Amino acid sequence: MSSTFSPDAARAIDGPSWLVDRRVAAAEALSERAVPTVADEEWRYSPIAELDLDTFAPSTTFGDAPMARLDVEPAATVRCVNGKVVSIEVDALLVEQGVFVGLLVDHADGEAVLGSVSADAGDYFTELNDAFTPHPVFINVPNGVTVDRPIVITHHAAGDHGATFSRLVVRVGKNAQATVLDQYSSDDGDVVLACPVVELDVAQAGRLGYLNIQELGDSTWQIASQVARVERDATISAGTAAFGGAYARSRADTRLVGRGAHGDLQALYFGDEGQTLDFRTYQDHVAPDTTSNLLYKGVVAGKSRSIYTGLIRVRPDARGTNAYQTNRNLKLGDDAWAESVPNLEIENNDVKCSHASTVSPVDDDQRFYLESRGVPTGEAERLIVAGFLDEVVTELAVPSAAQGLRRSVAVKLAAQRFAEYGVEDSA
Amino acid sequence: MSELIIEGLCASVEGKEILKGVDLVVKSGEVAAVMGPNGSGKSTLSHVIAGRPGYEVTGGSVRIDDLELLDLPTWKRAEAGLFLAMQYPTEVPGVALRDLLRASARTSDDPEEIESRMQAEAERIGFGAQFLERPLNVDLSGGEKKRNETLQLGVLRPAFAILDELDSGLDVDALRIVSARIEQATEEDGLGVLAITHYSRLFDELRPDTVHVFADGRIRESGGPRLATELEETGYERWVQPAAATKPSPALSDDPFADPLG
Repeated sequence: MSSTFSPDAARAIDGPSWLVDRRVAAAEALSERAVPTVADEEWRYSPIAELDLDTFAPSTTFGDAPMARLDVEPAATVRCVNGKVVSIEVDALLVEQGVFVGLLVDHADGEAVLGSVSADAGDYFTELNDAFTPHPVFINVPNGVTVDRPIVITHHAAGDHGATFSRLVVRVGKNAQATVLDQYSSDDGDVVLACPVVELDVAQAGRLGYLNIQELGDSTWQIASQVARVERDATISAGTAAFGGAYARSRADTRLVGRGAHGDLQALYFGDEGQTLDFRTYQDHVAPDTTSNLLYKGVVAGKSRSIYTGLIRVRPDARGTNAYQTNRNLKLGDDAWAESVPNLEIENNDVKCSHASTVSPVDDDQRFYLESRGVPTGEAERLIVAGFLDEVVTELAVPSAAQGLRRSVAVKLAAQRFAEYGVEDSA
Repeated sequence: MSELIIEGLCASVEGKEILKGVDLVVKSGEVAAVMGPNGSGKSTLSHVIAGRPGYEVTGGSVRIDDLELLDLPTWKRAEAGLFLAMQYPTEVPGVALRDLLRASARTSDDPEEIESRMQAEAERIGFGAQFLERPLNVDLSGGEKKRNETLQLGVLRPAFAILDELDSGLDVDALRIVSARIEQATEEDGLGVLAITHYSRLFDELRPDTVHVFADGRIRESGGPRLATELEETGYERWVQPAAATKPSPALSDDPFADPLG
């Protein structure tokens, strides 16, 4: 156990006594646990062996937090640097509606909600977050309230060998509705360890749209956890767009705990150079008549790698479950690598489940079709790759973020070499 | 005035010879019909001219005037004025018609001009505006796909168009509209057409100047428009597998002229 992540270090972080006690308890629990290794199935294919926690310390530096990347004015914006809140802006209408967006410790239910969703989906790094998160952020949408425009949280990390522990808890009340855009960035060149935890709690007949945009710097390690609990007749649409990081892992647990709960889960990702993007998903059908539909589509270029492992779990009581899981990968070039491992664990007979996964290069027929209309080869490939990801972009819960995401995809595409097929060689 | 000149074109797939010396000339404003039985290699001819991967050209030449197309990548052939309307247009998820037309080397860099041509062509062939927003060929019916091909032909204004079974999947009304639009292009823009088909119904509106019977990998007979009518009545028996009766039966199921790439 690293001394920089000791119980004493946890005790030194500011907060009300209940939060300090909670952090110290987590740090003490951590001292009993070992850092995971690739021998653990959950960490298979990951470069976890390269992580030396002793070289990191909780970040203390501050800097500028990035702005929201949206085509509309957000309903509220919380900007965080190195896990600490630096500004909170909330539309007056939200305040009137009783919507809370701010520091979790400032809300009466703060102590009760922190960890209430993530508790039984914990691993070493969620515990590390429990022990060292400085400023948990809370979004609370009361019963029956609809928030029309997205609520935006931005997180920026900076400082070499700093570790940052962002925490976001979203609670959507009965028959309430909201969308949340959660953006992560960090400085290029800084070796940063980011271990964010997001808890999403959707009460009966509530509707939550959540979109995570990950544009971390090229030397950042991210080990992220997102846990959702979806109650009776409630719907979650949770998406991830992952572009950055040296090693960026996102684990998403979606628990459909109430009858008729529904989850739409999407991701688009684009790795290049030496990036590794690692996704672990759990579609956990606990209650009857629950449905989930997962679509993860990614592109690997350069020497990048992607890992997708997904599990659909249908519990004994979850009769009438419909669960789908699709992971498709485009591999640009021989040095890129994508692994896709779908799994099913079904404990009830009255279910419909399917999974599909593919890893393939750009389709010859699609390229030929575009070329036969006079589209230069490299441009044809760019169109096909952008179109491949656009299928996910159009399904995301925050439509006003779509144009920004298309620009991010275009930037990634512009950095790739399609020249071997292009104008230069065709004369 | 230009010419699409096909000379002694031979091509094979996985070592099997499919095109066995095709000779054909199409002039600007002309419609040349290439008719033949299923499995004769007609589609292979269109694919090889356009440069589809998977075929090995073993001899011959395809030129627009003095420009040798076989040396060029597919998109350069299109830039030079060749267009292929496919029998089974490929679905390209997430790519809109507009994106394709803007990226084409055949169109100007002015998005407004492309937009107005697209709208005008859609109106001419009764292609609903809603289809312009769809990803290419995704969730389109057979007829909508062929209208989409025709619309692209109208916007890209090629010098020569190869129509590969344009009539397949089209109902009578759509066939009339689409073939009339192409006939107009031959008159208005001097489009030269190489129309590959099994049936003569395509030629009710689109008037062929020459008709060529294609079988066993080459042109077997050429004539005027009346040949198309004759073929409709008599069929292709004269040109199909003259030695079939003497072959042992297992060979019959293994059609040597089938296009392995469909």
